[in-house]
Amino acid sequence: MSDNRRRRGAASLSDMKGSMGSLKRSMKEYYKCFPKLMPFVYVIIVLAALPNDLSPLIMQKIYKLIDVWFKTGDWESAKVDIVPLVIILIVIYAIGIVLSTVQAQLMAFMTQKFLDHMRCDMFGKMQKLPIRYFDSNKHGFIMSHYTNDIDTLRQLVSQAIPSLLQAGLAVAIVFVEMLYFSVWMTIVIILGIIVMGFVTSKVGAGSAKYFVRQQNSVAATEGYVQEMMNGQKVVKVFNHEKETIESFEKLNDELYSDSSKANSYANILGPIINNIGNIMYVLIAVVGGVLVYYNVPNLSISGLVFEVSIVATFLNMSKKFMANLNQVTMQMNAIVMAAAGAERIFTLMDSEPEKDDGYVTLVDAEIKEDGTITEADHHTGKWAWKHPHQADGTITYQELKGDVVLDMVDFSYVPGKQVLTDVCVYAKPGQKVAFVGATGAGKTTITNLINRFYDIEDGKIRYDGINVNKIRKDDLRRSLGLVLQETNLFTGTVMDNIRYGKLDASDEECINAARLAGADGFIERLPEGYNTMLENNGANLSQGQRQLISIARAAVADPPVMILDEATSSIDTRTEAIVARGMDKLMEGRTVFVIAHRLSTVRNSDVIMVLDHGKIIERGSHDQLIAEKGTYYRLYTGAFELE
Amino acid sequence: MIKSAGKLLRYVGEYKKATIITLIFIMGEVGLEVLIPRITSNLVDVIQEDADISQIIMFGVAMVLAAVSSLLCGCVAGVACSRASAGFAKNLRLTMFKRVQDFSFGNIDKFSTSSLVTRMTTDVNNVQNAYMMTIRTAVRAPFMLVLTIIAAFSVGGQLAMTFVIVIPVLVFGFIIIGKLALPAFRAVFKKYDKLNESVEENVRGIRVVKGFAREEFEKKKFNFASGDIKKDFTWAERVVGMNMPLMQLCIYFNSVFILYVGSKMIIESAGETINVGQVSALLTYGMMILMSLMMLSMIYIMLTMSVESVKRIAEVLDEEPGISNPENPVFEIADGSIDLEDVVFKYSDEAKRDALYDIDLHIDPGMTVGILGGTGSGKTSLIQLIPRLYDVNSGCVKVGGVDVREYDITALRDAVSVVLQKNVLFSGTIRENLMWGNKDATDEEIKEAARLAQAEDFILSFPDGYDSKIEQGGTNVSGGQKQRLCIARALLKKPKILILDDSTSAVDTRTDALIRKGFREYIPETTKIIIAQRVASVQDADLIVILDNGRIVGKGTHDELLKTNSIYQEIYEQQVKGGDSDE
Repeated sequence: MSDNRRRRGAASLSDMKGSMGSLKRSMKEYYKCFPKLMPFVYVIIVLAALPNDLSPLIMQKIYKLIDVWFKTGDWESAKVDIVPLVIILIVIYAIGIVLSTVQAQLMAFMTQKFLDHMRCDMFGKMQKLPIRYFDSNKHGFIMSHYTNDIDTLRQLVSQAIPSLLQAGLAVAIVFVEMLYFSVWMTIVIILGIIVMGFVTSKVGAGSAKYFVRQQNSVAATEGYVQEMMNGQKVVKVFNHEKETIESFEKLNDELYSDSSKANSYANILGPIINNIGNIMYVLIAVVGGVLVYYNVPNLSISGLVFEVSIVATFLNMSKKFMANLNQVTMQMNAIVMAAAGAERIFTLMDSEPEKDDGYVTLVDAEIKEDGTITEADHHTGKWAWKHPHQADGTITYQELKGDVVLDMVDFSYVPGKQVLTDVCVYAKPGQKVAFVGATGAGKTTITNLINRFYDIEDGKIRYDGINVNKIRKDDLRRSLGLVLQETNLFTGTVMDNIRYGKLDASDEECINAARLAGADGFIERLPEGYNTMLENNGANLSQGQRQLISIARAAVADPPVMILDEATSSIDTRTEAIVARGMDKLMEGRTVFVIAHRLSTVRNSDVIMVLDHGKIIERGSHDQLIAEKGTYYRLYTGAFELE
Repeated sequence: MIKSAGKLLRYVGEYKKATIITLIFIMGEVGLEVLIPRITSNLVDVIQEDADISQIIMFGVAMVLAAVSSLLCGCVAGVACSRASAGFAKNLRLTMFKRVQDFSFGNIDKFSTSSLVTRMTTDVNNVQNAYMMTIRTAVRAPFMLVLTIIAAFSVGGQLAMTFVIVIPVLVFGFIIIGKLALPAFRAVFKKYDKLNESVEENVRGIRVVKGFAREEFEKKKFNFASGDIKKDFTWAERVVGMNMPLMQLCIYFNSVFILYVGSKMIIESAGETINVGQVSALLTYGMMILMSLMMLSMIYIMLTMSVESVKRIAEVLDEEPGISNPENPVFEIADGSIDLEDVVFKYSDEAKRDALYDIDLHIDPGMTVGILGGTGSGKTSLIQLIPRLYDVNSGCVKVGGVDVREYDITALRDAVSVVLQKNVLFSGTIRENLMWGNKDATDEEIKEAARLAQAEDFILSFPDGYDSKIEQGGTNVSGGQKQRLCIARALLKKPKILILDDSTSAVDTRTDALIRKGFREYIPETTKIIIAQRVASVQDADLIVILDNGRIVGKGTHDELLKTNSIYQEIYEQQVKGGDSDE
């Protein structure tokens, strides 16, 4: 799988580069969200750090004044000099507090708005991805984009970047200050930093490596737990508890080892940097002492003579320098994680969306007696295809009838593995067409092609004579009702779920649809009837009841064409007999494609297609096929024949 | 909360040593952290006093030694604490996983799959982080606080009174912020979970979404929920955002107070009561005191945030397995006979309705029994009692003449093989999946089971045959193929009783018939129970049982029931008669 390949190579250098590109891109997205606010807030972040940088200077001045005045003991006179400085300090502090309040408030707002933007953007993009994407990526993997990966972005914009900015600026300021006083001493500090850089990059690389590994172990463990919890009942039935635990222990131990290593590296980084700082402190003191002792001429921007006071200042500066450098490295972890997270998010966003070159649309129509069709701005119950012609700019309308033709269609999910070959289907409006065949013969695949979940490789599919590729996908799918074997209901009331088929349906329309589907009986018996909340894919309903609701959902849409893919497979035959009448009514006047292995369901179809290995091997009505005594006949009577 | 946290702490287990090492070495680190500034100030002093180089070197050496020990302490503590917390997490995960393996079906029903997964992943991760944070700072912060307060008062005397003002203000502020922020965060996280659930729903039902062209609708729904979270989250973060200004207010107040009053004191007393060095030391200590307080407040927040996780983990660990082995279990199952005597069963004590009532049924070894009935009639409930997946509420279930509650559970379930209605295959090859039935199965046995389940043809049609990979959840085989693989897997157990719970619903009629034919011919001595929707699937059974609303409403052979049972007649008419009349 593609995500496997991606995982294996996650630690490689080229991937790191890709991550950094994603990092840049997420900052660009951030900027796009707040083109005015972002520069402003970054200025504030920088300014908010200034009181910390300025206050020592003022304190230094106050100390000097104290030095001057303390021998006199005359506070009243000293006050005149000292109070203005204290007031300046208060003003600077007050500004600092205001700025950091503004910063915090703005950051909270911006971070959340940015995350909201990214989430919505990602979800919107995801909705446009082809079915193929969802079929080939594990759901857990897709989900992690919305949880872990978004969270790394939160860390990035709310913490990592601001801290990095403040600390980085402080490092730069102190560096210039150091050069101001002495180049020689600065060189000492730079040498120290090189050593530190070397050590931290080693430790940091280890940390990054194991964090990536930890991420993978987490994914592996999570996947395993997911699979086993899902199949827990099967585990019990097969007495497989011990083996399951053994496999879990292996993954669990691996996760432990990766996690403890990753955190170890992260945890020792702080002490290492701190203490290299401490040792440098000594080095500066000793080198400074030696320089003073031997009267080495100073080299500096200021041209100051080298003396003891410079050594003392340098000691202070080195402390600050180290503290901020420490801050920078601490944020690196968050940035590496965010880069990886951003990369995953952008991979999803950059996935090729479903292509839709369709320009024929479905519109409400009024059809006059003479057959002329005009577009209406309200529901008329009639629909028409609106067909703009590029060549001459004219528009023609054509009534939606539900005539579907598949002409010599070839298809494969994976190139080279042909699933359908030369499939021809002619469905006249109002006809019921059934597909019969062994599992894997390609029945569902055909329906996947009609609504363009997948695109055909060769041949043509025409809907009311229009090539489906020319019809806008949304409109095409709106005209095709779909009921699948695997029902998917959404969190909400029963009514909401039925209304999913037609968003502006009234309660009455929904109830009528439920009645048509034979679902109203059990719905009314639910504790709160149509207002019963469904959660967790309707976990409180039986599979059969879920199918009934999904039939009602398709019914309310009132589409001219319906696809029923094993729609009643989980409804027990007794209930099915009750539903059957409703189903017949539902199918009346519509073109219907039915897939069912229960042959009693398809008997009354106008045409039955028997599929085998992607080819239609027999077609005809039930009676014709029975008379042919071919595969259908054998299938239909199979159970008895074996006697 | 403290109780459940205490309970969890037991699972630190063998990582207690690492925890203690962390605590000890962190104390060492803190001690050195307080010591090092003293050495540096001495170092500055000797440099400023123009002392000779040997003294500088002496303090330099002391400093290097301190730095090296600090490095050592820091590294040991860092490694030990990540081991301790990762180990704690490992133990928690494993204990939970093992506990779930002991769960009965009743226990499993209580928790949903996704909630169990979250508990074993996200929740454990939260606890791991909270534990690491706690053992790293739990000692550091209070220790530092005490040391620095003592130092401040000994250095600053009266001036240190400023802390009496500032500390309560800060603590009070933290409490208010916490009181406002914590519930806000909790509410946001709940909404966040909901949002993630709805994304999962969307991903799972993407065919429906696209089929109804509801992408825009879904987008709107998502945007609304996401915007809602944005609003709440912004509020929560804005409240927490007041932490920093509050902290600054206190630190700055401290600085101004100490500077102003301090300079007044120095000048008025002409440096007698206090000197500049002390004032500057006091400023540093002030910073350290407030930082320790902030650390404490962060621990508090971390811990309250992980409370929910602790509770959710404890819930799994506290869940008592509903079914356990008897004291002197019976290991031998005599034969495949089954007796249900006056069985009454409901899924939980809270359930309003009995799932099964008044069930009496005798099945001889080697019989084929069909069970028919509508949804919710109790078919699945009934067969799940036989391998003791659930226990009866009254009456008893006997296999081979012995109450199932007297058997060793493993032995019983090896003898009674169930193909569940909601079945799963696991990621791995087909062979590996089949060998769940018998891990010592030979190739020949595997092939035989596959043939019997009518699975061999399609298995061999895959390029890798028996070594073809099954994706997680069995998504790369069709429903009918999956069902046949599940049957083959169950057959490999060579059970005395084989139960198929609607296990051929996706298999075509012909194959279905072939499977049953195989059973008759190759495993005649095995008792076979078949739950089905299709009359054809049970028509040739020795005994057909009709269930309705948890009761047996008909028993007999096809011919008998056709004469006497109205439900059976109805089903038969609907399914079979209609077809026959066309010929």
